[in-house]
Amino acid sequence: MQFSELWLRSFVSPDLDSDALGHLLTMAGLEVEEQDGVAAVFSKVVVAQIVEAEKHPNADKLRVCKVDAGQGELLQIVCGAPNAAVGIRIPCALVGADLAGFGIKAAKLRGVESFGMLCSAKELGISEESSGLLILPEDAPIGTDLREYLALNDTLFTIKLTPNRADCLSLTGIAREVAALTGSPLSLPACDPVAATHDATRAIVLDAPEACPRYCGRIVRGVDARAATPEWMKQRLARSGIRSISALVDVTNYVMLELGQPLHAFDEAKLNGAIHVRFPAAGEQVLLLNGQTVTPAADTLLIADESRALAMAGVMGGEDSGITLDTTDLFLESAFFAPDAIAGRARAHGFSSDASYRFERGVDFALAGQAIERATRLILDICGGQPGPVVESVEPAKLPARAPIRLRAARVRRVLGIALSADAVAEMFVRLNLDVVRDGEDFVVTPPSYRFDLEIEEDLIEEIARLHGYDNIPVLAPRGPISMLPRPEARRDAMFVRRLVAGREFQEVINFAFVEEAWEKDFAGNTDPVRLANPIASQMSVMRSTLIGGLVANLAANRKRQTNRVRVFEIGRCFTRSVSGQPVDGFHQPIRLAALAGGLARPEQWGEAGRNVDFFDLKADLEALLFPRVAEFERVVHPALHPGRSARVILDGKCIGFIGELHPVWVQRYELGNAPVVFEIELDALLETVTPAYREVSRFPAVTRDLALVVDQDAAAAQLLKGLQSVAPGIVQRIELFDQYQGKGIEQNRKSLAFRVVMQETQKTLEDAEVDAVMTALTRHAEENLGAKLRA
Amino acid sequence: MDQLDQLVAQAETDFAAAVDGAALETAKARYLGKAGSLTELLKGLGKLDPEARKSAGAEINKAKAAIEALLNARRDALQQAALEAQLAAEALDVTLPGRGAGVGGLHPVVRTLERVEQLFRSIGFDVAEGPEIETDFYNFTALNTPANHPARSMHDTFYLENGEGVMLRTHTSPVQIRAMQAHVEAYKDCDTMPELRVIAPGRVYRVDSDATHSPMFHQVEGLWVGESVSFADLKGVVADFLRSFFESNDLQVRFRPSFFPFTEPSAEIDVAFMSGALKGRWLEIAGCGMVHPNVLRFGGIDPERYTGFAFGMGPDRLTMLRYGVNDLRLFFEGDLRFLGQFR
Repeated sequence: MQFSELWLRSFVSPDLDSDALGHLLTMAGLEVEEQDGVAAVFSKVVVAQIVEAEKHPNADKLRVCKVDAGQGELLQIVCGAPNAAVGIRIPCALVGADLAGFGIKAAKLRGVESFGMLCSAKELGISEESSGLLILPEDAPIGTDLREYLALNDTLFTIKLTPNRADCLSLTGIAREVAALTGSPLSLPACDPVAATHDATRAIVLDAPEACPRYCGRIVRGVDARAATPEWMKQRLARSGIRSISALVDVTNYVMLELGQPLHAFDEAKLNGAIHVRFPAAGEQVLLLNGQTVTPAADTLLIADESRALAMAGVMGGEDSGITLDTTDLFLESAFFAPDAIAGRARAHGFSSDASYRFERGVDFALAGQAIERATRLILDICGGQPGPVVESVEPAKLPARAPIRLRAARVRRVLGIALSADAVAEMFVRLNLDVVRDGEDFVVTPPSYRFDLEIEEDLIEEIARLHGYDNIPVLAPRGPISMLPRPEARRDAMFVRRLVAGREFQEVINFAFVEEAWEKDFAGNTDPVRLANPIASQMSVMRSTLIGGLVANLAANRKRQTNRVRVFEIGRCFTRSVSGQPVDGFHQPIRLAALAGGLARPEQWGEAGRNVDFFDLKADLEALLFPRVAEFERVVHPALHPGRSARVILDGKCIGFIGELHPVWVQRYELGNAPVVFEIELDALLETVTPAYREVSRFPAVTRDLALVVDQDAAAAQLLKGLQSVAPGIVQRIELFDQYQGKGIEQNRKSLAFRVVMQETQKTLEDAEVDAVMTALTRHAEENLGAKLRA
Repeated sequence: MDQLDQLVAQAETDFAAAVDGAALETAKARYLGKAGSLTELLKGLGKLDPEARKSAGAEINKAKAAIEALLNARRDALQQAALEAQLAAEALDVTLPGRGAGVGGLHPVVRTLERVEQLFRSIGFDVAEGPEIETDFYNFTALNTPANHPARSMHDTFYLENGEGVMLRTHTSPVQIRAMQAHVEAYKDCDTMPELRVIAPGRVYRVDSDATHSPMFHQVEGLWVGESVSFADLKGVVADFLRSFFESNDLQVRFRPSFFPFTEPSAEIDVAFMSGALKGRWLEIAGCGMVHPNVLRFGGIDPERYTGFAFGMGPDRLTMLRYGVNDLRLFFEGDLRFLGQFR
């Protein structure tokens, strides 16, 4: 909402300068987004007329003008504007003038003396661009100060209104607000009834009274549609960002800005029979003013006559029933349409209008009658004509209810944390022009017809807070019962896990949750991803079910910027359709942690040969994150991964994710150089940990024995280890794999795995016989049940 | 007994001439060995009469002690010299860089979230989360934003194909409702419900993309519900947080009336720094207000008995202001040259 300060001050003029007024509005919830003078700062610029204009003797593009600036004698001024012509009235900066810091002095231009400067709109800061001198009306009084003549000592305010304050979508509304905030007297435009001079009327039928409970109409005959709009009206419209179109259209726009009531003028000659406010018949079409033919949905209210639909009610008039410059008789509409009947209807057809913007937020339902009188008065003043009587069709029961609201003083204290006296509250209500009845400590308040945002006690409390000033509410230190929050030791939080991952040299990234559809297929084998209905771009059209795609893209992008060693991780939600999904039915949305390592295993450094990161590097990272819990790894086939170098990760018998080298096909397709290694794990599995439990530390010496076993090449080491552990007696503290060997001395297709067995008793020193017995038992079990042979 | 003095002097010269342990042992043998000079002298004592033997023996032993002392001193000196030589040989160029793994880091926005969490935890706020595909009920209806409410046009919502009544959440406010419902459920058998203090950081989505808008961005929701929680408390908590977060006691904080369907009264929070590039400019940083009674009811809480406040902040913006980042898009491009600056 943009408006002129001078216009506002014609209704209420508090003793505040423009900046203070802007601050007042902002701090009352009418945020001033922009505040600018309508012109640059300048002085000594007057209205002048070019009396003579001759070519400059020494310059083709300059002219030497004689100018009457009301100074008693003509001024000689050299001017370069192409439109400098004899007879036109233009702004003239006199010698001594100051144009935004630029001083005008008498000067010689190419040898000809010049006493002043003729100005364009741009030079005066009135508009952004201009082509030549600003041409003033022919009746502009010569010698008058231009600031005064064009009312340039004015400020444009642009306020960002919140959707609840539709009542401020007019100068009247803002003036009411300023009066309430400052206590300054308010004088609103008169809307006195205009007596009818004939009795022609048009019947109005409210076919849908819930949607349109009030409609006022009036016929005005014999208007001059070609009459010129007065300068003052054009200026106010322009300063509200509305272009002057024709006197009749300008009047309807002016009244909308002034009072907040959107109006529409039909060409009376194009109407047939009674006006109906109704919903459309199936397939019914309307040709709108903007040239668009629409087929409104069944819940879109129309204005129609007896033969056809004329307009989309409260949104836009029709192309073939509106006024033109040839219109002589018009039918003026001033109505109340319920917000619910208008909301979203314009948007459904891809546009918005000043009328729909206001109606869907709420227009004063008591205003239609006053607005039609005000518009009639202005039309008669500007275009002449003879008014008929106003016909009002109304269904009072369907008008918005304004139920009384009870406000308790104690509640005000409780919600705001300030103690206000009942008298102070009463005074605020008076300033807000609310209908209020005192009931002991309570107030019973009936909101006015223009306030759609006052429905409950809290709404009134907000009004009190606004008038009291949010700044004046104290800042209290937080108070409340203090009790400790549960922080289970066996549950880490995500931040802790992030620090662990970062500690292993991974950089956290945040990637978009919507991805290219191809990624879903490549990295998750997902051909039915969750699709967005309205993606902003095709490469962001589906919700990811894996974080891997984003990490791969991070690797590729960083490689393009010559960073070849990339270690990144992300914690984020993944999305799949799932019948059992919770908490939102039908969707599974787990939070996962994924990491990717590509390039050298260690940063390039002196004294150590570089090698590329591999599966086991990343596995160590993952194992460290899970520590002290120990996961199992099982070979798996995964669409993203090299089939021989990938595993599912199992913790407590549950699969919690996968790890592996990226599939060579993707390495090539995504131009990744060497194969990166990735894992993706359910975050929850990383958060669950264990509370440490003490085990006795032995004072007796430990005995270590090695056991080398030969197995098939594709046997899983973990299986063998697990088998050994399953039969190890209590004195075995641990069994560790410390070597894998293939080659000389071992048959082809076989490998040797060497285990270190550490044994210890807490109560005594172990004897050789006990140790030997354990080693024999382990060897026998390996040979008999685990397909292994003791290495010779 | 010049002979003994000479012997000691000779030994000193010989020991000094020994350049390593082996040479010293050879020299030692010349004096103290089985056939060494002193050993010979001691052997010769037997020929003397007891009186003379006693005094000669004492002299010889004195000389022997002197030679042993010389020997030990030389031994120590040689050892010390050997150690020094070894240390000198082992010296490193200590200016070579350290070896091994480097360091990783958190995302700058997460760094902010971590600080936000720590600050709010310090006054008893817990951290909650909610789904990002959210239902119409939680994202709008329960937040007092029924269908056709003009506030819905403030959000450009991402909807799903074949997804009736679901969307990508446009804000973290739905977590308010989920947190209230969970809290009420947890204490349903108690006479009094403890205060609910919770923040909910997370990703949110809106159809918007330019230098200052990202279709995915972050919010932190805050909620405090109790029997006597007022707007003055809201001002206190938020101002305290902002000054702590920016580590600036002279940070200017102002609250100005605004509108959100889920709070009443509502406020926008602006801050102004007293120094730096943005000095003196009011910057919009958060929205807040007293929880609307309808919202409390949807959360299962009686608005007559309890009041509460809620706020929503943009951690992306907090991060930009804190570190002077000037383009929001950098956060989501995964450029290690950028992200690495916040380790």
